[in-house]
Amino acid sequence: MVVEKVREILEKTGRLSTPVADLQNDSDLYNAGLTSLATVGLMLALEDEFDIEIPDNLLGRKTFASIQSILDVVAQLKK
Amino acid sequence: MEQHNQAGISSAKFEELLASVHKIGEEVLRPNAKDVDEKARFPQEGMDAIKSLKLMGAYIPTELGGLGLNITQLARVCEALGQYCGSTAMIFAMHQIQVACAVNHGLSNEHFKNYLTKVASDSRLLASATTEMGIGGDLRQSICAVEQNGDSFTLTKNAPVISYGKQADDLFVTARRNSDSPANDQVHVVVSKEDYELEPSMAWDTMGFRGTCSEGFLVKSKGHMKQIIPAPFADILSQSMHPTSHILWGSLWLGIATDAVNMARAFVRDMMKKNPNAPQTAALRLAEVHSVLQLMRENVHGCAEHYQKLLSENNVEALDTFSFSIKINNLKISSSSLIIDIVSKSLLICGIAGYRNDTKYSLSRHLRDAYGASLMVNNDRIMNHNATLLHMHRGD
Ligand SMILES: Cc1cc2nc3c(=O)[nH]c(=O)nc-3n(C[C@H](O)[C@H](O)[C@H](O)COP(=O)(O)OP(=O)(O)OC[C@H]3O[C@@H](n4cnc5c(N)ncnc54)[C@H](O)[C@@H]3O)c2cc1C
Repeated sequence: MVVEKVREILEKTGRLSTPVADLQNDSDLYNAGLTSLATVGLMLALEDEFDIEIPDNLLGRKTFASIQSILDVVAQLKK
Repeated sequence: MEQHNQAGISSAKFEELLASVHKIGEEVLRPNAKDVDEKARFPQEGMDAIKSLKLMGAYIPTELGGLGLNITQLARVCEALGQYCGSTAMIFAMHQIQVACAVNHGLSNEHFKNYLTKVASDSRLLASATTEMGIGGDLRQSICAVEQNGDSFTLTKNAPVISYGKQADDLFVTARRNSDSPANDQVHVVVSKEDYELEPSMAWDTMGFRGTCSEGFLVKSKGHMKQIIPAPFADILSQSMHPTSHILWGSLWLGIATDAVNMARAFVRDMMKKNPNAPQTAALRLAEVHSVLQLMRENVHGCAEHYQKLLSENNVEALDTFSFSIKINNLKISSSSLIIDIVSKSLLICGIAGYRNDTKYSLSRHLRDAYGASLMVNNDRIMNHNATLLHMHRGD
């Protein structure tokens, strides 16, 4: 399941102050402690895992705002 | 974000307005600039002249009683003011940054529509309290929080720098959404002087921008919950405050740099008149600094036009990308560095006449103001952001 993989990557790279297991898919990741530097690691791991390249027009704060927004972008690029 | 009509006013009308701005610059701002700087006093006569042109509502749509300028026209006004008095231009720019936040994120909201109408009709002066004691220049974190009590709230913030805090009519304050919110879950709150007290905590005796009177205060405020701008501050910052600040600041710094080069040009002309056989050295330096000024100008104008285009398309996706943030950060870094470079080069041309405080070629104020540019949001902080964001940028 993509969502489990995304949660696993987030746990490894996100350096969040809240455990990923406690987050809903629509919880705000920035409020959970996601920094811009951690976003870099998250982005690289997502691209690696799903074999995608997130284009500039999707590389913004909103893409990494929640587990759901990440899932949406992954789904869009996997098509 | 609301669709902000970027049609602006006709170029004929705008040129007329710009001529009036230059007129008050020559007649009011320039004659007082030295006194404002020496005494670190609020440029009251300059701000009154600006109000007489209805410029406090320059960026407010005409339907609400404003002048309806677009962002490039507003930037040109800041650039013009910067040529006469850096502090007055800075006060004007900072006011307009707050206006832009309210216009872009409050226009569909009845309370903010009425508020902006009042700002335009009464020429209210808006100040900003983002910087907080204990946090420094990181705009995306707050310690203070909105304390809600039914429909109303109280908010106390320890703000080490609030430009023209004493003279302002309203304060735009960043704070955590409530006392349980993490540091980066922020809102932008507008409080009016009838509803706040300012306890002075720090004086403003600085190297430059002395007339901005950017003293420190403990702000104790209250208000109605509707005075909180509906959008999260994160959106207000990335879509409005960040681009508008660096475009308007860059524009007034460009104005200061332009005035320095104009003085250098006048100096060289004077020198040639006195001694037509003088060596070309100063003229060569003038040619050099003039090319740097053009670089700065094209960069500032180009970024303003780019932002205007995105606003007119209501292209929120593009405004939210890292690549747009990188571009705006680059504008800040380059314009705040170029202003120092340009004023220093102009000083070399004017020589001791520029170094003196009592000649018409004195560049002391320009140079001292120039050094503030890289500190208002520290360039190293911005450079660090770009170092991170560039990992997430595919290239141009
Ligand atoms: C003319 C003028 C007017 C101003 N008006 C206002 C106003 O009206 N309202 C307002 O709120 N503020 C205002 N400010 C404040 C300004 O916007 C900055 O917030 C403030 O100058 C930053 O203060 P600082 O240098 O102590 O903090 P910092 O930005 O924290 O910088 C201090 C030092 O720490 C380093 N540093 C610390 N943390 C980091 C980091 N994470 N990354 C990189 N470097 C870091 C910096 O490089 C620097 O060396 C004004 C400033 C000026 C010069």
